[in-house]
Amino acid sequence: MLSEGGSFMKGMAMGAIFCLGLSLFGTFSPATEHGPGEHHHHHVKAPSKDELTRLSDSHVLELVNQVRVSCIIMVQPKILVYWATALDTWSKHCDKAVFYTSESSKALEAVDLNEEDDWARLRKALKHAYENAGDLRWFFVAKATTFAIIENLKHLVLTKDPEEPFYLGNAMKSGELEYVAYESGIVLSYEALKRLVNVLEDEEKCPERGHALWTMSEDKQLAVCLKYTGVFAENGEDSHGKGLFNSKSVDSLITDSMRDNPTNVVEGCCSDLAVTFNGMSPNQMQVMMFGVYRLRPYGHDFHDLLVFQPPEGSDND
Amino acid sequence: MKGSSSRLAFSLGFLVGACSIYFFLRQVWFERSYPVLTEAQERATAVSESPTSWRKEGAALINLLHPHHADEDSRLADVLYHKVRVLCWVMTGPYNLQSRARHVRATWSRHCNVVVFMSSVEDPDFPTVGLGTKEGRDQLYWKTIRAFHYVYEHHASEADWFLKADDDTFVVVDNLRWILSNHTPEEPIYFGKRFKPYTKQGYMSGGAGYVLSKEALKRFVEGFRTKVCTHITPVEDLALGQCLEKMGVQAGDSRDTLHRETFHPFVPEHHLTGKFSKSFWYWSYCYYPIVEGPQCCSDLAVSFHYVEAELMYTLEYYTYHLRAFGYRPRYRPSVRQGLTPGPLSQTVVTAGLKAVQVVTDGRGHTTSASSLGGNTIKSETEPEKLGKDDLNSGVTENRTGVTQGRHR
Repeated sequence: MLSEGGSFMKGMAMGAIFCLGLSLFGTFSPATEHGPGEHHHHHVKAPSKDELTRLSDSHVLELVNQVRVSCIIMVQPKILVYWATALDTWSKHCDKAVFYTSESSKALEAVDLNEEDDWARLRKALKHAYENAGDLRWFFVAKATTFAIIENLKHLVLTKDPEEPFYLGNAMKSGELEYVAYESGIVLSYEALKRLVNVLEDEEKCPERGHALWTMSEDKQLAVCLKYTGVFAENGEDSHGKGLFNSKSVDSLITDSMRDNPTNVVEGCCSDLAVTFNGMSPNQMQVMMFGVYRLRPYGHDFHDLLVFQPPEGSDND
Repeated sequence: MKGSSSRLAFSLGFLVGACSIYFFLRQVWFERSYPVLTEAQERATAVSESPTSWRKEGAALINLLHPHHADEDSRLADVLYHKVRVLCWVMTGPYNLQSRARHVRATWSRHCNVVVFMSSVEDPDFPTVGLGTKEGRDQLYWKTIRAFHYVYEHHASEADWFLKADDDTFVVVDNLRWILSNHTPEEPIYFGKRFKPYTKQGYMSGGAGYVLSKEALKRFVEGFRTKVCTHITPVEDLALGQCLEKMGVQAGDSRDTLHRETFHPFVPEHHLTGKFSKSFWYWSYCYYPIVEGPQCCSDLAVSFHYVEAELMYTLEYYTYHLRAFGYRPRYRPSVRQGLTPGPLSQTVVTAGLKAVQVVTDGRGHTTSASSLGGNTIKSETEPEKLGKDDLNSGVTENRTGVTQGRHR
């Protein structure tokens, strides 16, 4: 028995070294099934000021009606303070904001999905949002720990057709899979959501419990399902090519910029029309409301093509 | 038999070893996520350094280029820049140049007409003035007295108003100009965060920054010449307040048209979200009633204090960069008389609330967004009853801006 045990151990060691060696040499990478062809990164850019001024009046009127956003906000009683903060801050700027929770809370109202599993919950929420879409054509999914500036989201998708499949946000790559990071918010056009809801029924392509031994995070699962319907993740950027969806907080990004561009910290940091930030505390979110919607230097005006009115019954914006 | 079972064990072991390493690597290496490069990152454009727009004159930095944003219309701000000239002097010291003053120099001080950094020791490179004092809290009033005398002697003709700030104060100079535009530099008046104790008319908090009119500065210097004012205490803000009171300088009300504070002695987070305990000294010091929550602070805030390096840049980003596209703020105060750019605008303002055409290639034409009629006080507090204001919203280049109201 001892010699067999010894052989087993030797076998294990050899197997490990073998696999390691192979991957290091990279001639055969177990994770990639495709060849070394370059995967095109998709960028979706916001319209420039020039582009917008060239639009006709009637076209602009159409766009106003089209660019209305339904917010799908995922909450849990354990993040009650963030839930309350999202309710009191950025969600007021959505045309429709629905909160979806894993379990109900006595303090705040939400659609109780009664589901512990993150991916199952996301599926249910997206399905519910699609069924109750009304005439809204853009969908924004975020956790309550994210902060979003909905007006800037509208600016990004202003000239995009929601009957086309769009799946936007902070695009990430993991192996061969490109997906949109959950932390910085996910944008889906009506067509993308429609295709998703259809493929959710398919247990083969889009199962509720993953096939693999380990579970993929729900944002990756979403990307896999969407990929089957021909919808691919795209990175949301401003007209200068700067990312609009941030997985970090403003403070964190400023600190990075102080290190990377010490002579031009603010310019090198973040877009002026950023859509999301993540990792901010509830208090910092209130400060951001002030910073985005109120604090400004007198005498500097932007004559934007569209005007968005402040929401009713609010005073922190 | 031993040999083959050994071999079996070996193969089994090999399989187990290979598989576990594969799964491990897959999690840790192959499927590790990293963000897709943005187009800006792919182009690998290095962030270009902002052009230096200062002329050094001794220890003062004279601003040649009022910082401008690419997509904005800052004609009104430009008018104010020329009509309401502000000299900013920043109280600092040799040990704070790299940790604090440097960030002031990189951010808000670029919006002053002239900026002078005051230290106990001269530094020709930064540059700073050497006031010839020692460092420390007990030297604050000495530094202040000498700084104001220096500024009066060297730069009196270059500015109309003279602001004192600390190296951890953040100032929105454009909003300061708006407050000051309602007054003239010949008035003996000064503004800041008003405190009430120890004086008849109150005095201004040192940390939140305060600004003297040219006449007020003249009287301050005169007070020391005639010995009406002397160095009585190192408590700089109180002592200055008492001197100015003696010299007949009025303590002004710096609040906005909705009576919201503009100069703030703490950071935004503290004012917006903090609850000041009732025993906190602040309650008994404030001249005007304290408001907690979002109405603590005007949209056109002028200053915050205890701002560290990182927050300086964050506030600069919030003030001058980050915005919500197309958002129409609730608070839209009217343009003060005599400040509209160019004669054409006068007739537009008095003609009433008609949709205005903005000609972008001309000079001295009005910015419709800011020129509203006399009913603005009402519209500030009752955003729902927009009525006439709707016509003026977001007009650009012969086209009425399209508004999108929100109904929940």
